[in-house]
Amino acid sequence: MRHRTRIAVGPVQFRIGSDWAEPVAALESLYAGYPRDEMRPADATVRLFAARPWRRWLRPSVHIGGDFVVPDALPLPLSMGLLAAEMGMNLQVALGWRRHMLLHASAVAKDGRALIMSGESGSGKSTLAALLGEKEGGGDWRLMGDEFTLIDPAGGDAFAFPRAVSLKNEAIAEVAARVDAARLGPLLAGTPKGDIRHLIPRPEAIAAMHEPARPALLLFPRFGGEAGIEPMGEGEAFVRLTEASTNYVALGEAGFAAMTRLVRETPAFGITYPDSAAGVALVERLWAEAAR
Amino acid sequence: MTDRAYRAAPAGALRVEPLGALTAIFDRRSMQTHLVVSPMPEILEAMGEDACNVAALAARLAASFDLDSEGDVRPILAERLAELTAMGLVERA
Repeated sequence: MRHRTRIAVGPVQFRIGSDWAEPVAALESLYAGYPRDEMRPADATVRLFAARPWRRWLRPSVHIGGDFVVPDALPLPLSMGLLAAEMGMNLQVALGWRRHMLLHASAVAKDGRALIMSGESGSGKSTLAALLGEKEGGGDWRLMGDEFTLIDPAGGDAFAFPRAVSLKNEAIAEVAARVDAARLGPLLAGTPKGDIRHLIPRPEAIAAMHEPARPALLLFPRFGGEAGIEPMGEGEAFVRLTEASTNYVALGEAGFAAMTRLVRETPAFGITYPDSAAGVALVERLWAEAAR
Repeated sequence: MTDRAYRAAPAGALRVEPLGALTAIFDRRSMQTHLVVSPMPEILEAMGEDACNVAALAARLAASFDLDSEGDVRPILAERLAELTAMGLVERA
């Protein structure tokens, strides 16, 4: 393809090709601080392409392709090319990765132990992880990822996938107030997912992205309502995490073994919280009292 | 009604992991995960390797569990066996 780049996020080496320069330039700017190894073979391929040659210029619309495709996925306007690239990268990992059990979950780590937060879109798992990763003073949390957490099927350790954090809507202002503007990508307004702005993780988080962390606490956050904590049994955590895993079925018995081990060895709680400050406080409290 | 005989999955076909109130069962033949609650794991264990009908199963379970207060458990066991059969964990012998 005309424009191409390579990006390594955690263990995944992406090869990204595009019919347009803009999405590749935006990616290279967001991922400038990530390690580069052009010689390493690619694990996943993302293609951003025009459906017809003239659509490169005339009302350019970006189709997402690669090793795996979602049939009938609507293209995005070129102004949202960065979002298209991010969606393409997520899709290739979600559908193609087999080396680890993939959880649709955010994670942060402290002292080699991981806090894993799983929840649907809007649960605040990304925002909580971003805020913990940016915490002033007590800033010893390492952001492992806002979207995927990888579990080693053999050893049970969690591995990071610290892509640029996808901040949405209200979370944008909340995080932007705390970080250097140079760590924020362009504002993508009015996308199908609302307003989006990317946050480049702290350099320490990127430098440590290959370091494993032992799962120590599983949280299932839900935004809204009074602050509350509900202990969760192993069975319910198992059900929720299999639903949150994009490759549990594909991994077969290795996935089953990894999942049973994870829910047995890691205390789990559902939490509800009315705002981010209360959410961060709940998480810190549970980490101090219940993390293994 | 005839008391049909059933046979549980052969040893080694299932991986059974109790997870609190639920039991997760991985079927190596179908690669499927089943989540069940009591008395399914107890039924599978009591069936062992042999073919057995509802009457024999009720007798085996009665030897391990206090079923006296339950009344006639055979209709319930027949229903559970039909469900285990639908999941592929038990088959008609």
